[in-house]
Amino acid sequence: MKQTSLHAAHKAAGATMVDFAGWDMPVSYGGTVGEIAAVRGGAGLFDVSHMGEARVRGAGALAFVQRVTANNASKLVPGAAQYSLLLNPEGGIIDDIIVYCISAGDEYMIVLNAGCKDKDWAWLVEQSAGDEAVTLTDESDDTALIAVQGPTAVALVAGLVGADVADTERFHFVSVTWNGIPCVFSRTGYTGEDGFEIFCPWADAPQVWDMLTVAGAAPAGLGARDVLRLEAAYPLYGHELNDTWKPWESGVGWAVKTKKGDFIGRAAVVEAKPTISSKLVGLTLTERGIPRENCVVFATDGVRPLGIITSGTMSPTVKAGIAMAHLNKEDAEIGTSVLVDIRGRKVAAQVTALPFYRNGV
Amino acid sequence: MSMPTELKYTKSHEWVSVDGDIATIGITDHAQEELGDVAMVLFPEVGRVLQVEEKFGEIESIKAVSDLYAPVSGTVIAVNEALTNAPELVNDDAYGEGWMVRISMTNLGELDSLLTADQYAEIE
Repeated sequence: MKQTSLHAAHKAAGATMVDFAGWDMPVSYGGTVGEIAAVRGGAGLFDVSHMGEARVRGAGALAFVQRVTANNASKLVPGAAQYSLLLNPEGGIIDDIIVYCISAGDEYMIVLNAGCKDKDWAWLVEQSAGDEAVTLTDESDDTALIAVQGPTAVALVAGLVGADVADTERFHFVSVTWNGIPCVFSRTGYTGEDGFEIFCPWADAPQVWDMLTVAGAAPAGLGARDVLRLEAAYPLYGHELNDTWKPWESGVGWAVKTKKGDFIGRAAVVEAKPTISSKLVGLTLTERGIPRENCVVFATDGVRPLGIITSGTMSPTVKAGIAMAHLNKEDAEIGTSVLVDIRGRKVAAQVTALPFYRNGV
Repeated sequence: MSMPTELKYTKSHEWVSVDGDIATIGITDHAQEELGDVAMVLFPEVGRVLQVEEKFGEIESIKAVSDLYAPVSGTVIAVNEALTNAPELVNDDAYGEGWMVRISMTNLGELDSLLTADQYAEIE
């Protein structure tokens, strides 16, 4: 199994490790609920070095990014970042990504999900074939990524690195040399809290991690991360997103800009959009129960199926079972009562507005 | 891992405390550790008659769900209602406040097939 450069630090901190997309990653450091509380009440620290980074350079960089992604990268100025999608020609989602503008027109960095990285990279290489105006570099093996997230995360970074770094706006980033380590501080995250994602060289990650833990950031594992992202209603590839559902079925249609010009998947999504009959919604259980992925959602008659749950958990923040679900559009009005089949027990739930929780982001 | 010697154990990680013909049942410290933060316990109804090794409930953590099996036959005479609002008691005090059900046993001979702490330690 692959290991990040923080593997020894996780083991030393007593983490329980699991296989995540071929990486040996910390699922918790002793208590998922406590780690969630640390992120919601202070500052939590996540190793997300397993994510992929692809750099796009050259005179044709913007044209390439515009062609392979669905959002409008021409809006990006240097230092700005954007949530976007890689679509296949059928309009399904290959991956959800963040595009960073290093130099407008000729240099971008694309951050890829760990579980999708290999197919994403192969796809990008295939799409750039014959394009001499573009150079692609896979920087995943050289780039570590550490997220510090929570209501005190920005102040913590300000205290360590400087107020000017902490002033970076949401979905913007800044390059800083911190204690001799070249870092990029990006005001982004996947928890519903403010904070930073910090890119640094692979070998320097343990030092960055140590400086953040000494300052009070509490390590949090993938177990906490999954609950936090679900509370914040961020989609996860393989759950809310897949290569068949169109972006509007996955709650990410807002990231598709069909007026920007042509891009891969555009024709398919333009054609499909008027006929899309399902959407992604939130469900909050009104009885005791924990909804899980693939649980079937029924109308209150208990007979008519409305769709399936894509992700579910017990939310310590909401203090109820919560889920994201892929439901028939006409049955997906906020406030609609439904039943969720949890291992044969039909549990009452209500369609609720997403997100379940975000703190100012 | 804590494993009180006065208790009996099952291979499915329940513990049994015996007082006359009343058995109090919970899950072991090892089981709660494996499950992680317990989020919900589903109990049987008081008065339900259980056969040995019958599924009587479910325990669910944030990451996993596990069935609960009756270590002995008998009638459920009490369930630990405190766990409805505070399921974390299972993590905090698996052998005490984290108990789950009390059963009035109908076949005390079944206790002989349960594991001792030493035997449970071996399978754990």
